[in-house]
Amino acid sequence: MAAHVLASTEAPLTHLQRVLLTISRLWAWLFLALLILFFVATVPVFSGISFLSVRNSQNILVAIVPVLLLGLGQTFVIISAGIDLSVGWVMSLASVLSALALRDSFNAGVPLPLAVLLGLLAGVFGGGMVGLVNGLIIAKLKVPAFIVTLGSSFMVRGLALLWSENTTVVGLPDGVRAYGNDSLFYAIRGDHGGFYIFSPPALTGDMLRQMDRILSWPVVVTILTVLLSMFLLHRTQFGRYTYAIGGNIQAALRAGIPVDRHIIKIYTLSAAMAGLAGFLSTLQFTGGSASIGDPLLLSSIAGVIIGGVSLFGGAGTIIGTVIGALIIAVLTTGLVMLNVQAFWQFIVVGAVVIIAVLIDQSRDLIVGRFSGGSE
Amino acid sequence: MSDPVLSVRNLTKRFGGLTAVNDVSWEIGPGEVVALLGDNGAGKSTLIKCISGVHAPDEGEIWFEGQKRSFSRPLDARGAGIETIYQDLALAQNLDVPANIFLGRELKHRYLGGLIKTMDDRSMLREASEGLKALDIVFPRLNQPIESLSGGQRQAVAIARAVYWKAKLMIMDEPTNNLGVPEQQKVLELIRKLRDQGTPVILITHTMPDVFAVADRIIVMHRGRKVTEKRAADTEASELVQYMVGALDDDRAAA
Repeated sequence: MAAHVLASTEAPLTHLQRVLLTISRLWAWLFLALLILFFVATVPVFSGISFLSVRNSQNILVAIVPVLLLGLGQTFVIISAGIDLSVGWVMSLASVLSALALRDSFNAGVPLPLAVLLGLLAGVFGGGMVGLVNGLIIAKLKVPAFIVTLGSSFMVRGLALLWSENTTVVGLPDGVRAYGNDSLFYAIRGDHGGFYIFSPPALTGDMLRQMDRILSWPVVVTILTVLLSMFLLHRTQFGRYTYAIGGNIQAALRAGIPVDRHIIKIYTLSAAMAGLAGFLSTLQFTGGSASIGDPLLLSSIAGVIIGGVSLFGGAGTIIGTVIGALIIAVLTTGLVMLNVQAFWQFIVVGAVVIIAVLIDQSRDLIVGRFSGGSE
Repeated sequence: MSDPVLSVRNLTKRFGGLTAVNDVSWEIGPGEVVALLGDNGAGKSTLIKCISGVHAPDEGEIWFEGQKRSFSRPLDARGAGIETIYQDLALAQNLDVPANIFLGRELKHRYLGGLIKTMDDRSMLREASEGLKALDIVFPRLNQPIESLSGGQRQAVAIARAVYWKAKLMIMDEPTNNLGVPEQQKVLELIRKLRDQGTPVILITHTMPDVFAVADRIIVMHRGRKVTEKRAADTEASELVQYMVGALDDDRAAA
């Protein structure tokens, strides 16, 4: 009797509905695959080089690093039904801070590896501090996240420009370049080819041009951060709380989840990841720049949304954010290689963002439920 | 009657000039279902919130399981075994059934001496399905988000959660609201099941048929005061309505 009454009242889905639903769930993967196929087919015709060459795919990965790092933190924030508009300028601030810390400590006689570590700490903690303050104001003073992070973004911008004296922080030790640009693997083509781990062989001239760098250190760090984020969001209580707060904050409160503290942690995490992105950019360009992060903010949010994270909160995955960032990077790189004027990138990326949300919303339509948003 | 599980003595709660609950006393024993009736603004919700730790009463005492208690937070009341199921059920729509049942109290695997903890989803799923089975609730699939469940199913999840966490007293706010008739019956059946297992239930409602379907005793509130308390067998709907609108009042009659 009991089981009887509570049996699901919904009609089973038709075959067509199932197919459409699966497509709407996996469209980002399909879209990425189609994009890559398209560029693999067209790029060689227009520019004579292969799109998926080792070198070019590595370039795409390097380009993804900052967008993805900002996006990973943002994924946690948006799943908790918040938004963090400060991460772009936090990345800039962190880039400046880590450059200053690295340079000044090295000049004061600290050995290079230690100076790099100090740079990392300055970037991650400096960034994290901004997130901590954001989180405190959002959670304790109940100011909307949009306002808080918008305001703090201006303040962080001011600090970054102030401390960099409105110019690139230069004079970093030469050895820094290796940290930001050396790779985990090196592959050398041709007769004297080979595969090397950690350090490249001493090469000159032609041989150097035959060498492919695979997985530069910033890419390795980003991959590790992706894995850590997956673990955190999908396997731990931290992730469960993040979903619960985004799904129904009242339920989270009544379940005894320390909601305020969790929100503070989420914004701190987001800003710390932006700090890491700033630090890595400092290594990569051997200098700290206050203008590095801001242009990346909207791209990173676009990637997160393309990846299926709902701005209403409560839904999204790390792998989705990775796919979203890949889509943007593949699109931009591919269009450049097709000699499409750069402005078209913006138009295409913007269209993809809107289409992504439309596809997400179509899901309710497919199963015939009224799309009432979250209850 | 055996010792009361909960006993409220001369409870008063004021908000500024408004006395929301005025010198109310009553008790509930093991396996009893007490219906709390009253029009909007009669003070039912405030009274319940004083018991469940949302509000601190201004005067009076709350005795639970033979001890005088004052809960400063809802969590304290829950910790003591008082589970309140509000109308909105406090479920996270985007999480599945086990995640909701274990929300805030997740089962975990521990690694490296507790340094790394991951969620033990398999155990939570197993425990959840056993907990639901004990209440004769069977879902086709437990690992789908709550938002895909019907209103009655959600109510069942909320009740199962309270039962799983060993509720010693269950407070339910309008549990049959917004449900279809078959599901209303099912929820009432669940309340009877709780009663049979010895868990007392406080039922806040103004649905008369529900009252007579499950309640042993009925308390009517009007403008913050308890105006009557009757055994269900000794009264009828029309009389209760008169109490609810203030036409009848035991206190005033006695005075």
